Amino acid sequence: MPKHEKSTEGNDGSGDNEEGSAAENEENVKGTDKGRKRATPRTARSHGRGRARHGDEENEDDEDGTRRAGHHRHRNRRRGRAAGNEGSDSDTEAAKARKNQANQKSKEDDEEEEDGKGGKSGKGKNEKKVDKKPDKKGKKEKANKKKKDKKKSGSGSDSDSEEEPITEEELAKLKEEVEEKKKLIATLRNKPWKMKKKLSVLKEAQLFVEKFEGALGKGKGKKFYAYKVMMTKKWMKFQRDFENFKTACIPWEMKIKEIESHFGSSVASYFIFLRWMYGINMILFGLTFGLVMVPEALMGKPYGSLPRKTVPRAEEATAMNFATLWDFSGFAQYSVLFYGYYNNQRTIGWLKFRMPLSYFLVGVGTIGYSFMIVIRTMARNANDDGGGDDTSFNFSWKMFTSWDYLIGNPETADNKFASITTSFKEAIVEEQESRKEENIHLTRFLRVLANFLALCTLAGSGYLIFFVVRRSQKFALEGLENYGWWERNEVNMVMSLLGMFCPTLFDVISSLENYHPRIALRWQLGRIFALFLGNLYTFIIALMDEINLKLEEEKIVKYNMTIWEASLYNGTIPENSTAPPIQVDPADVPRGPCWETMVGQEFVRLTVSDTMTTYITILIGDFLRAVFVRFFNYCWCWDLEYGFPSYSEFDISGNVLGLIFNQGMIWMGSFYAPCLPAINVFRLHTSMYLQCWAVMCCNVPQERVFKASRSNNFYMAMLLFILFLSTLPAVYTIVSIPPSFDCGPFSGKTRMFEVISETLEHDFPSWFGKVFGYASNPGLILPFILLMVLSIYYLNATSKSYKEANLELKKKLQSQAEENKRRNKQKAQKSNEQEENPFETEPPKPKGGKQDESTPNQDNKKGQDGNESKKTGQPQEASSSQVLQHPSLAPSNHYPPQSQAGNLPPPSIAVTRPPGPRRYGMPGYPPGNPCFPGPQPGMPRGPHNYR
Amino acid sequence: MGNKQTIFTDEQLDAYQDCTFFTRKEILRLHGRYHEMAPNVVPMDYTKDPDVKLPMQLIINMPELKENPFKERIVSSFSEDGEGSLSFNDFVDMFSVLSEMAPRELKAIYAFKIYDLEQTLNKLTREELTAEEITLVCEKVIEEADMDGDGKLGFADFENMISKAPDFLSTFHIRI
Repeated sequence: MPKHEKSTEGNDGSGDNEEGSAAENEENVKGTDKGRKRATPRTARSHGRGRARHGDEENEDDEDGTRRAGHHRHRNRRRGRAAGNEGSDSDTEAAKARKNQANQKSKEDDEEEEDGKGGKSGKGKNEKKVDKKPDKKGKKEKANKKKKDKKKSGSGSDSDSEEEPITEEELAKLKEEVEEKKKLIATLRNKPWKMKKKLSVLKEAQLFVEKFEGALGKGKGKKFYAYKVMMTKKWMKFQRDFENFKTACIPWEMKIKEIESHFGSSVASYFIFLRWMYGINMILFGLTFGLVMVPEALMGKPYGSLPRKTVPRAEEATAMNFATLWDFSGFAQYSVLFYGYYNNQRTIGWLKFRMPLSYFLVGVGTIGYSFMIVIRTMARNANDDGGGDDTSFNFSWKMFTSWDYLIGNPETADNKFASITTSFKEAIVEEQESRKEENIHLTRFLRVLANFLALCTLAGSGYLIFFVVRRSQKFALEGLENYGWWERNEVNMVMSLLGMFCPTLFDVISSLENYHPRIALRWQLGRIFALFLGNLYTFIIALMDEINLKLEEEKIVKYNMTIWEASLYNGTIPENSTAPPIQVDPADVPRGPCWETMVGQEFVRLTVSDTMTTYITILIGDFLRAVFVRFFNYCWCWDLEYGFPSYSEFDISGNVLGLIFNQGMIWMGSFYAPCLPAINVFRLHTSMYLQCWAVMCCNVPQERVFKASRSNNFYMAMLLFILFLSTLPAVYTIVSIPPSFDCGPFSGKTRMFEVISETLEHDFPSWFGKVFGYASNPGLILPFILLMVLSIYYLNATSKSYKEANLELKKKLQSQAEENKRRNKQKAQKSNEQEENPFETEPPKPKGGKQDESTPNQDNKKGQDGNESKKTGQPQEASSSQVLQHPSLAPSNHYPPQSQAGNLPPPSIAVTRPPGPRRYGMPGYPPGNPCFPGPQPGMPRGPHNYR
Repeated sequence: MGNKQTIFTDEQLDAYQDCTFFTRKEILRLHGRYHEMAPNVVPMDYTKDPDVKLPMQLIINMPELKENPFKERIVSSFSEDGEGSLSFNDFVDMFSVLSEMAPRELKAIYAFKIYDLEQTLNKLTREELTAEEITLVCEKVIEEADMDGDGKLGFADFENMISKAPDFLSTFHIRI
């Protein structure tokens, strides 16, 4: 306990010193000893007051000091009277002296500690102080003014009149100080001091508050404060838990994080994309499943009640065979999974669910929703890219904030190490890439050449596909039976061969270009995408041919149907046409080919086979290869792991494109096969696990781990394009091909979309139909479209201009920062030059007093030899920035910049002294005050001065 | 307050509460943890402020710190004697600063003590980077964060950088 007191009093001493009045200054020059000896009152008051202002800046006006001197005498007296338990106040002089010496020492220790280890600690404090200061100062000054008046009147008597009552001003003053103390107590936990110091300071402050609070009324805030703290804590905990919960709700987050930490963000970007797709498909699945499949299964007519819901007699035998089901024919074909199963009844069940309408709207809604979500995501990503991505401290943040202190699990720690290393590597690649300087002409030439080659390849393969498709159409017309295996499978073979070799070729070509891996990935993606478009083209052509064939067939069947019906009626009940129709087993009814179901089947088969291929490729290409490489490496002539086969890398471009094209299939086909989203969800779900596993267990990271762009906008753009492409055939079939006459929800209509007008007619009041009719008038629609186009144009233009303005501002900011840096550098240089002769810059000894001698010197010395890295650089930092400030301050200080401390005017300064705050910059300021170490004060303010 | 035994006086607990970001319960729990590390050395009765210190070796084996690559530096920057042994006061102080209630400025001050360039990098990456890469990263860090252009990373620079870091607050804390 005594020790604590000492230290605080030491602070007081210094505080008194530097804020001493002009009159007191003379005494102060000789050192604190004198101040100490002056009398008990002074020490005692400093005891009280110093505590109050312990953590606060001490640069009060000088007059303030004088006033206070008187004022404190008052208080001292009052205190002696008010509180009986003041042992500390009545200390003898000798004890005081001893204490002061001791505390001086301890204070110096403190300083050293603070300057050496954490000069910053002082700084942090200062900042707070600086923040706190203005308002407090204002108050104090007011109080002081009052004080002054009062003192003028009563100064004569105040030295001997012991029983003077407490005046209002004093009370106010006291209150203020108590408030200060309280504030100190409240903010104590924010101070970067050692616990011991904090405890002692706290004790002092509490004693003070206790002592005087009685006179001023009890403090009520404490309980409330505690309550508030508790609530904040609870709230924070809740937030944390909620945050955790939210993260826990994101599926596969941990898996993806793990992959990211080992393989870099580029591979992770694929998985994030996959997850996003999964989300989309979940919603599509929910739509089709909830609004189409389930209502039909529950409320529609049951299986076997209608011809379209029954397996035809001819297929019955094989309908349940696995091979048939696997091919999605047989029972699968005549179930809710496909278009043909749905009845054209307008409403089904007791809910009067309008099935055809729902089917149509879900089909349209699927596509509309997909468009919306893709575009919205793209827009949001673009925002992310443009906005907050501040990379100015990229490396520093990686270095200083990447380790998560919460990690306590060795495995997590391993992952974290891996991820930090990967992210550093990514950043280094970026950096090297930006620093690379090469022959521009050569690069340009190579790039042009590469693009030319790639274009040639694409054109060649495009022609090949076109040629093969034409040939196959010819074959199909002539009948496939006359041709061999090759002719029949020509298209497929050519497509898969192209798909196999072209990407490799593109890979080779792209190595010519010497792009940054991220850009190279984009080119690669773009080229393969173009190649795959051929795939799509052939597929659609084949499908259209098939549809046309089926339509032809349908006409014949329709004709046959009428004959069959006629024969049916003629045979049994020739004359009675009103009699109920004869019961014919629905399986025996002849039926049309139902092209819609056929299309749906095609898509489902394609999706399934695509999935299988992907999985088998993963198993063989990655897993078996890895196993082979791993275990045959022991008995092989060359090093398999680093030599030829090696482990495979994760093929980002192939996987992303596979995913995108697969999604295109889903969009195209889901209208005709409502089960398609469900299948896709299943596929994505399994492939998430399978691929995660495969990546972690059989792939190696790429040689150059590169950072993926944060937004997957390139993927998204491709997806949007595919979505558009796949919408075209779907919309075309819906709008311009008549639906089959005997299957599906739209049978009997000439076009599928007629269901809308039908609904309008039946379910809405007539005026609505009228309004709709007017609204769909081309005279209204055309202007509306025009308006939309105009507004799009306008918005586009504005966004462009905003973007430009943004860029401009960014540039400005950057250049300003650079300017600042340069200026700072210059100033630092200047200050270094000044520091060359430390005697000029050093604060004058007499002014600083005995206490202050040691520290500035130390600072300077440390600064000079602190040429190591950060740690030792700190003190110098402090001192240099102290100096650094002077040039800017100089004009306002009325001192020539050079004069700094050396030429500091003698005590008369009190008269011409500039307003309080500026004193920070003044070198004469004793740096020895532990609460307010000299060199640092300038630092936080430094930057402001330049702005 | 323990029923069987008084670990701290009420005043002590209050004082600790005022000086740290912990509640009474948490302080008692902290004491429990401290005691648990060396039951023979640390007394259960802290009312008389016993002068007990635990060596760094014991502290860094706490599960909270064990995996931290900077554990030695953390402990030594909070130790009063600079050798890494922590008294209970230091111990509480350490976790108070690392608690999530602590403000950014306070954390920054201690983070500055804990980190230094090359060592940090080596510890973070388990020395998997080549010397060249390390130099590059260090250069970049200085280039980015050094605002006054003296080629060093002073506290002002550090704090400026940290104050803009998005996840400093969320990562620089330990739950106990």
